[in-house]
Order: sequence, then C-alpha cells, then structure tokens
Amino acid sequence: MRPSSRTETWWRGLRITITVLLVIFLVAPMLIVVVISFSSAQFLMFPPPSLSMQWYHKLFGDPAWIDSLIASIEIVVPTGIVAMVLGTAAALGLARGDIPGKRIITGVLMAPIVVPVIIIAAAIFGAFRTWNLNGTLPGFILAHTVLTVPYVVSTVLASLQMVDERYEHAALTLGAPPWTVFHRIVLPLILPGMLSGLLFAMVISFDELVVSLFISSPTFRPVTVQMWSDVLGDVDPTIAAVGTLLFLFSLLVLLLEAVMRRAGITSPLVGQS
Amino acid sequence: MMRGPPARVPAAMKFEPGRESFSRQTFVSRGDVRVFNSAAMRPALMTRAWLVLPALVLLLCVFAYPVGGLLLRSLSDPVWGLQNFEAIVEQPLYFNALVNTLIISGSVTLICLLAGYPLAYSIAQADGRTRRLLIFAVLVPFWSSILVRTFAWLVILQQRGLVNRAMLGLGIVDAPITMVHNRIGVLVGMVHILLPFMVLPLYAVMVRIDGTYTQAAASLGAPPMKNFFRVYLPLSWPGVVNGTVLVFVMGLGYFITPALLGGPGDTMIAQLIETEVSDLGRWGVAGALTVVLLLAVAVTFALLFRVGNPASRK
Repeated sequence: MRPSSRTETWWRGLRITITVLLVIFLVAPMLIVVVISFSSAQFLMFPPPSLSMQWYHKLFGDPAWIDSLIASIEIVVPTGIVAMVLGTAAALGLARGDIPGKRIITGVLMAPIVVPVIIIAAAIFGAFRTWNLNGTLPGFILAHTVLTVPYVVSTVLASLQMVDERYEHAALTLGAPPWTVFHRIVLPLILPGMLSGLLFAMVISFDELVVSLFISSPTFRPVTVQMWSDVLGDVDPTIAAVGTLLFLFSLLVLLLEAVMRRAGITSPLVGQS
Repeated sequence: MMRGPPARVPAAMKFEPGRESFSRQTFVSRGDVRVFNSAAMRPALMTRAWLVLPALVLLLCVFAYPVGGLLLRSLSDPVWGLQNFEAIVEQPLYFNALVNTLIISGSVTLICLLAGYPLAYSIAQADGRTRRLLIFAVLVPFWSSILVRTFAWLVILQQRGLVNRAMLGLGIVDAPITMVHNRIGVLVGMVHILLPFMVLPLYAVMVRIDGTYTQAAASLGAPPMKNFFRVYLPLSWPGVVNGTVLVFVMGLGYFITPALLGGPGDTMIAQLIETEVSDLGRWGVAGALTVVLLLAVAVTFALLFRVGNPASRK
C-alpha cells in the first residue's frame, strides 16, 4: 500500500457521498410531486396525511384543465409531424445537396436552440400581433415548429452520417428515380433518427411554456400556460396531478424511443452497413 | 485555430512516399465519387438542395424576421435614436437586473460545475447497472416539466416545508429560514434545472478518457492531487468548457424560475423583457434589453471558447 492510498480512500468517500446527495437532489422533487398528487389534504403538505385520488378527479372534472389538455394535444401532434417533415427534408438537403452558404443555413436552422427563448417569445408575439396569429392554433403550430425543427435536423443529420452515401449512388446509377432512392433506401435507414426527432419535438412542444405564455389567449391555452396561472394563483395539488401525468408521458416517450433505437439497430439494413 | 493541418483534400491527393497506400486509396475512392457526381448524380443533388427551403423559409419568417424586428425596434421605437439604450444605462432598475443576471447565472454555473464534476466522474467510473441508474437519475429532471419542478421546490423549501422541518428537527436552526422568494430559492431551482446540462457534456468527455494516463502518472509517483490537476483535469477540460458555456448561456435567459422562486431583488433581464412587452408595451426598451442579452450570449461564446480551445490541445 502506498502512503497516498489513505487520502485516496478519503477522496473516494467524499465523491461517493456527493454523488448520492446529488442523485437525491435531482430525483426527490419529482418523487415528491408524484406523492403529493395522491394527497388527501386540502393544501400542500408533505408527507400527506393519507392517500386519495381527489386531485385527479378535480383535474378531469374541471373544464379549464380539460380544454387546456385538448389544446396541448391539438398543438403537439401537428407540430411534431410538421417539424419532422421539414427537419428531415432540411437535413437531407444539408447532408447530400450542393448548397451555397451551407454553414449560414445550418446556423439559421440551429439558431432557436442558442437564442434565449424569452427573445424568441417576445419577437414572435410582436410579429403575430400584426399577422393576427396570437391565440390561434396555426400560430402555435408555427411557433412550436420553429422551436423544435433544430432538434429534428440534428437527430436526422446524425443518422444520415451513419448511412453510406454509396448505396444511394449505386441505386441512382442503376436508374432508380430520386424518390424511389429515398423511400426504398434512405428512409428505412434514417427512420430511427426521424422518429426520435419526432418524439423529441413532441415532448419539447408539450413542455413549452415561455413562447406559449406570450402567444396564448384566455380562450386558447395549452396545459403549461394553465399550470402557470395555477401556480401564480392559489396553489393546490391539482398541478401535482398534472405534473405526474406529464412526467408519465415523458417516460413513455423515452421508453418508446429506447425500444425504437433497439429495433433500429437490429434492423437488417443497418446491420449490413 | 490556425495550427491544424491546412486542408484535407490536397494532402490526400499529394504523393507521399511514406503514406503511399493511404493516399492512393483515398485518391481512388474520391475519383470514383467524382465520376458518379459528374454523370448521373448532378440532377439528383440539385433537387436535393431545394429540400432545405421549406424549413429555411419557415425560420426566416417566424424566427429571423421577428427577432430582427425586435432588435431594430431598440433604435426605432418610439422614435429613431439611442434613447432606449440611454434609459437602460441610466435607470437603476435595468442596470440592477443586468448585474443580477450576470451574478445569478455565474453563481449557478459555478455551483453546477463544482457539483457536476464529481457526479460526472462517478458516472464515468461506474459500470453497467450503476452507470445506467446514475444516468437515469440525471435524465429524470431533464424529462420533467420545468414548471412542475419549480412547483416542487416551492413545496419543499416553504416555511413549513420538508427542508425547514428537517433542519428544525436536527437542531441546525432555531427558527425556519426563508428559502423561497429570495436568492436561495432562485439558486436551488436553477441549479436543479441546469445541472444535467453540466453533467452530460462532462460525462461525454470523461467516459472517453483513457484510465492508463492517470495510472501511469500514479505509478511514476504523482500524488493524487497533482495527478488530478496535471493529468485528469486537462484531459476533461473540453467537457468543462462545453458544460460551463451551456449552463451560463442558458442561465442568462432564465425567466420561469426567478419569476416563481425569486423575490423583488432577484429580477433578471428576461423578466424585464416580459414586463416591457406584455404589461407596458414598450417595444423599444424590450428591444434594447434583447440587444444586451444577445450580446452577453455572444460574448460568452466567444470568450469561453477562446479560453477553452488552446487548453484543450495541451
């Protein structure tokens, strides 16, 4: 044993302690939200005196929450699909096309990730005022697509990098039209990337608050905006019930993504490359 | 930045006696592609370039144009001139918010770095099940709504909340401490949200560090501290830079957490932009604040990547 091993053990102990404390710090709030959502108390207390489903009953009995949940679904589904289509097309163009100013175009497409959301929110709110899009479904879909397209572009670009371009060249020289090359060769190979982009886009859109806060109206607001006004007003555990449901949704999507990725890896076409 | 090899293509085409087989192979395969390109590929590639257009047009209309308009309004609203920037500099409200933003974002970044480094190291050192479990723990907050987590902290940190009762019970404090609607609340809430953005880039770098380097240093007699500062830290430096830039830049634009967990003394730029736009309708001042915020983001990127790059090459 070297003389330094004692300090080493000491540092190791400290590091493991920090790690355990941080894991508790990271996970505890979500666990507490889940527990509170089943609370029988009328106000926020932890631990709850006993368990009940009253907040879920209240949630599904309140038209304001139901409307906002419906609004969220109306926004999330088209946003995910539009973002996936536009993002995949853009990634194909960027990866395989001869484009002048490729770096600038990539920069523009990725910018919504870098620019603080509050700036995007204020700017879109200003533009939508003149276009009369505030508080409308098309407005929400446009705004959320802008926020989510970069994620689709980057996931599809990443999976395109794994695809050998020579497959496409071979098919093209054998006389296949570009569309056939796309849906017979490229599409099956990049499908996992596209779908994980779609799921990413849907989760981000579902969880988006800042832009939605600016462009929503009292009659059309997604669930996050409803939660925001709830937290600002009199706080009751209904929001914990919503939070638990949102968290379950995210976990489900995460699980789906993992399953798809596994399926993608074992797909025969990818196996050959 | 200029120290790298000049360009790839000429190097590959040049005939180098020592690397004969490599360059010849590269040349041949490049030649193949070029033959394909010139003949059958051209029309296909030209069609593909257009694929970028829908997304690009959307982003130009619904992102670049509105943001550009907002920036322009800093000079043009209500009249052309620098009055909005003068207002920001002269009125203590705006100046304090700017200072707050830098201090809060800076402290959050520092806390995330000090806490995230050992956590990322633990994940990189762990294997199999433990590693997956730790990564899952980091990803749980990542995938749960910011609003819900902020709400959770309101419950945990309140006067009669979990933390205060635990501290009273253990006799650490005599009376409950106020931890929400002040700086403590903002820091706890923001660290909780931004910590994963520090841990993941750090982990991504650490997991690729070859363990034999530190073993070699240790066997050559380097004490643990020296070994860490001279060997491991420089190797993990790119992760430190990436995580720091990410967390600091994200912190600069924060809005939800300071609004819910902070007090009047913790107002940040993002909150002022919101107030100016939706409550006061003063687009000029909002535009000027936007310019300041974007500048802060740009300077951070430029500064930290300059600091980060040379060190990462050592």
